[in-house]
Amino acid sequence: MRNAFADELTKLGNVDPRIVMLSGDIGNRLFDKFRAAHPSRFYNCGVAEQNMTGVAAGMALSGMRPITYTITPFVTTRCLEQIRTDICYHDLPVMIVAVGGGLSYAGLGPTHHACEDIAFLRAMPNMAVVCPGDAWEVRAAMRGALERDHPTYIRMGKRGEPKVHSETPEDFRIGRALPISAGSDVCLLSTGTMLPEVIEAAHKLAEKGVSAAVVSFHTVKPLDTEFLADALVRYPLVATIEEHSLIGGFGAAVAEWMIDNAITPRKFLRFGTPDAFFKQSGEQEYAREQLGLSAHRIAERILTVLA
Amino acid sequence: MSDLATLKSAAARLRGKVIEMSHAASSAHLASSLSCCDIVAAAYWGVCNIDPARPDDPLRDRFILSKGHAATALYAALAFRGFFPEALLETYCQDGGMLAEHPPARMLPGIEAATGSLGHGLPIGIGMALAGRMRGETFRVYALLSDGENNEGSVWEAAMFAAAQKLNNVCVIVDYNKWQATARSNETLQLAPLREKWEAFGWDAVETDGHDIGALTALMRAVPDGGDRPRAIIAHTVKGKGVSFMEDDNNWHYRAPTAEEVVLAHKELGLA
Repeated sequence: MRNAFADELTKLGNVDPRIVMLSGDIGNRLFDKFRAAHPSRFYNCGVAEQNMTGVAAGMALSGMRPITYTITPFVTTRCLEQIRTDICYHDLPVMIVAVGGGLSYAGLGPTHHACEDIAFLRAMPNMAVVCPGDAWEVRAAMRGALERDHPTYIRMGKRGEPKVHSETPEDFRIGRALPISAGSDVCLLSTGTMLPEVIEAAHKLAEKGVSAAVVSFHTVKPLDTEFLADALVRYPLVATIEEHSLIGGFGAAVAEWMIDNAITPRKFLRFGTPDAFFKQSGEQEYAREQLGLSAHRIAERILTVLA
Repeated sequence: MSDLATLKSAAARLRGKVIEMSHAASSAHLASSLSCCDIVAAAYWGVCNIDPARPDDPLRDRFILSKGHAATALYAALAFRGFFPEALLETYCQDGGMLAEHPPARMLPGIEAATGSLGHGLPIGIGMALAGRMRGETFRVYALLSDGENNEGSVWEAAMFAAAQKLNNVCVIVDYNKWQATARSNETLQLAPLREKWEAFGWDAVETDGHDIGALTALMRAVPDGGDRPRAIIAHTVKGKGVSFMEDDNNWHYRAPTAEEVVLAHKELGLA
C-alpha cells in the first residue's frame, strides 16, 4: 500500500499543482520521485506532528491540497486536536494518510499499534474515514479524496500486502461499499487491511459448504447505509471485520446505525480487537491469530454462529 | 498608511469597545484584550495590506490572533475597519449570534483562523506563508501570541520549522504581559529569557515596548527585512493596559466591568 501511495502521489502531483506532501520524517527515499518532480511541494516536517497538521490547515486555507503522512498513531492521535480544530472545524480539504493501520506494525509494540484511530477520527465533524482494502483501493481513495472539498482520513497498512484487485476499481466511490464476491449464507463486511484475510476466510467457509459474500467496506464514514439496510435483512448472518477496537470502530458504527434506525438484523457479528493493549512481541500474522482475526479463526467463529 | 495619532486613536477606540463588550456580555479575558490593543491597532491600521472589500484577496497580508481569547479586540478592529458592520458587535456572545467568545471558523470576513486553543495560530500561519511561497506570492503573515501560549509545545515545533524553512515573511508578536490565566507566566513555566529563546530557535528576535505603536508599526512593517529568518517581536506589555484600576491586576483575566467601571474606564481613555 505504501509504495502505491507514493506512486499515486507522484501521478496526481504531476497534474494537480495544489498537492503538497508533508511527511513526519518517515518514508526514506519513498518520495524521491515526487520530490524530484516537485521540490517546492515536499516538506519533511520533522518529528513534530502537531505543527505538521496545523501547517497543512494553513496551506489548505490558502488554496493548496496538502497531505499529511506518517505512522498511524502519530498522524492521528498525537495531533488529534489539530485535526479537530485546525482541519475539521475549518472543514478543509486536507488528506491525512496513515501508514501502519491496526496491527500492521505489530512487531514494533503497542506504541506503534493503531486500534483506536477510527473511533477518534469518525467522531470528527466533516471527516471521511476511508480504510482501503488493498494497494489499488489506496489509489482510488486518494483520487476520491481529491474530489472532496472536506477532510479525508486514509488508513493504510504497510507494504507488500496481497493485492485483491488487478487495477484501480472503477466503481470505487468514497462512501459506497465495494462488493468483492457473491455469496448467500453470510455477508462478510471487511474494512481496511483485513480484506485479503477475509477473502481467505470465505475460501475456508466454502470448503465447509458455506457460501460467503465478501465486501470491501472501505469507507467507515460516511457509512453506505443503503447497502447495509439491504444486507442486514437479506443475509442470515452479517459480520463486520476490522483490525481496530470493537469500541468505536467500523462494527460499532454499523451497530449504532442499526439501533438508531430500528433495523433488526437476522444475525450480526463483530470481529475486532479487544479493549486491551497487545503487549506480546510478534508480527501481524501472530497478533491476528491471537486476537481471533486470522482467516481460520474468522471462519471457525462464523461456522459456530451458523451452526 | 496612517500617522501615529490615527493609530493611537484607533487603539483607544478598541479599548473602549472591548470594555463595553465585556460588560455587555459579562465575558472574561478583558485584561488580555486590553493588553494587545496597541498591537492589533498597529496591524490593522498601520501594517497589514488588507482591503475590507476583498477579504479573500489571495495576496492580502494575514493577521492571526493566535491568542484567541482576546477575540473582542479582533472583532472590534475588523468592525471598525469595515469588514463587517459595527452593529454586529452588539451581538457578541448573544444566543444565536456569530461572535462567540473565541473567533469562529470561516463565518465572518477577515477572521483568518479559528483560535482559542492555544498554540495553533503559528502553525496555521506558517502553512499560509508556505502556500504563498509555492505560488510566488509575497504576502506576509503576522501571528499574535500570548506569553502563556508559549507554554505550548506546538509553538516551539512551529518555531523550529519556520526557521528551517527560512520563512522571512512570517512575524510573531508575543504579547508579553507577564501573566497567564491564574499566575505569573515566569513562575508557571519559565519563559525568560524569552527573546533569547526565540533567537536560539532561529528567529530574528527583538524586544520592544508593546504599547509604543510607532515602534511596533516600524518593526512589523520591516518584514521581510532582507534576511532569511522569521521575525519575533517580544512586546513587553501591561495586562489591562489603559485603565488604571485594571492594569497588572490579574483578577481582570476573568472579571467583567460594571456599568460604573465602564464609565470610569472610558473617561481614563479620553472617550467619555
